[in-house]
Amino acid sequence: MASDSIDPAPSAAAFRRGLVLPLVLLAAWEVGSHSGLVNPQFLPPLEKVGQVAWQELRNGELTFALATSLKRDLLGFALGSGVGIVIGLLLGLSSVADRIFTTWFNGLKQIALLAWIPLISLWFGFDETAKIVFIGLAAAIPVILNTVEGVRATSTRLLEVGDIFKFNRLQFVWSIYLPSATPSLLTGLHLGLIYAWLATIGAEYFMAAGPGIGGLIISGRERFEMALVLLGIVVVGLVGFCVDRGASWLERRLVSWRTV
Amino acid sequence: MSDAVLETGLGSRRLTSADGARRLFGARLGQRVARRAAAAGWLLIVPAVALPVWIVGSERGWLAQQILPRPADVLHTFGEMVASGELAQHAGISLLRVLFGFAVGSGAALVLGSAMGLSRRVDEYVRPLFTAIAQVPALAWIPLAMLLLGIGETLKIVVIAKAAFVPVVMNTSAGIANVPRSLVEVGESFRFTPLQMLRHVVLPGAVPPIFTGLRYGLTHAWIALVSVELLASSEGLGYLLVWGRQMFWLDTVLVAMIVIGVIGFVSDKILAVVETRLQRWRTDGV
Repeated sequence: MASDSIDPAPSAAAFRRGLVLPLVLLAAWEVGSHSGLVNPQFLPPLEKVGQVAWQELRNGELTFALATSLKRDLLGFALGSGVGIVIGLLLGLSSVADRIFTTWFNGLKQIALLAWIPLISLWFGFDETAKIVFIGLAAAIPVILNTVEGVRATSTRLLEVGDIFKFNRLQFVWSIYLPSATPSLLTGLHLGLIYAWLATIGAEYFMAAGPGIGGLIISGRERFEMALVLLGIVVVGLVGFCVDRGASWLERRLVSWRTV
Repeated sequence: MSDAVLETGLGSRRLTSADGARRLFGARLGQRVARRAAAAGWLLIVPAVALPVWIVGSERGWLAQQILPRPADVLHTFGEMVASGELAQHAGISLLRVLFGFAVGSGAALVLGSAMGLSRRVDEYVRPLFTAIAQVPALAWIPLAMLLLGIGETLKIVVIAKAAFVPVVMNTSAGIANVPRSLVEVGESFRFTPLQMLRHVVLPGAVPPIFTGLRYGLTHAWIALVSVELLASSEGLGYLLVWGRQMFWLDTVLVAMIVIGVIGFVSDKILAVVETRLQRWRTDGV
């Protein structure tokens, strides 16, 4: 990042160079699918993908799928980050809780996220509840880790100030620990958003089929409609990109008051 | 922000120097053992509370077998799967897939990442396409790859390789590009040949970040393995999970989850140890 600000802005030449490979690839794709070199069922021509995208957009399916996925994503994220902040504060502030739980938490964290799906679906069924619980779990992990880290890094000088003011426990948490943990907490929430989106796709793949972007991709695969699968992938990437950029922007705005 | 970071930085340095002093002045072995024992004691609280509740709860039928099987059943299933060699077979297949996919993905990534780190030009050509591909998680690529490659072994290797590829490229290119300019200039003033430059300047600076990338790559490869085995496989640990879920055999599901967790944990720990070694080697070298 630091080197970015020192270097001159990326030149127009660099931008043009960056376009070469994608354009070559797209051109090869077009030529391949039109000339019959590649089975168009495997590689549908670009205009076909565009056509499918337009059609899905027109009949409202795409918007509906996207809205369903995003709603799920945000609900799960809200659940996971809320629980995550509470657990993180607990582990960060109480040395007893830390000694009892942290090692177990670190162990559970090692289980690849998707491996939780069978267990969660057996426990919570296959519908919306199970999906949201799974997304919540995905979001909670980075939130917990970063909350703990932020709380622990609170400067002792600030704590001394709190001592002087004879803060009670709640005041300590609210006026000292939370503000000073905010940057780290925001990083955790940012990561939580990214994980939650990934988990949304995972939940839609593996739990009951239904509306959603993940469901769209899966049904495209089942019906062997490559254009639909490609559309889904592009949407997944775009949403991930927007979520990431949006979170970075918010993070920067929210932390800017911290001049220290 | 910088304040807090600085503060913890100092704190941890104080801690390490204190550790060093303790080691120097005849390690207080007794103290360390006592501290370990206390830590273990705290750790045992969770199982000491949870296990009896679990055992009594499942004996009395508070929860259905399909929701939470008895601990004895889970142990029994585990023992059976070990004895029959079933567990070893599935775990072996999964491990082979990960190792192979990781080798392919990280090998290709080391080449591309080095090229991007060494040449600004290559970086400018490749970076946008790479970013676009990296933006879409491995999970989303799987259905596409299934249509193109079928559901055979190639699919698994490609998906795992892609998952490992992304972090290794990012860390390799950044690691090489961020080798301090001043060090490169020192090398230039010594009229180092490109090979010497690579050996004495670039590699010592770039190996630790590259290794961090490899570590992330292995983690991602392992996660990708689970996803691809959940979606399309008839063997492996991910398949065990799917199978257990379909049959409502929660004990099988739990065993598979624990094995996945343990393998992930152990492999990450091994790489973490190597990573700290490398970090030390670098600071010693400089």
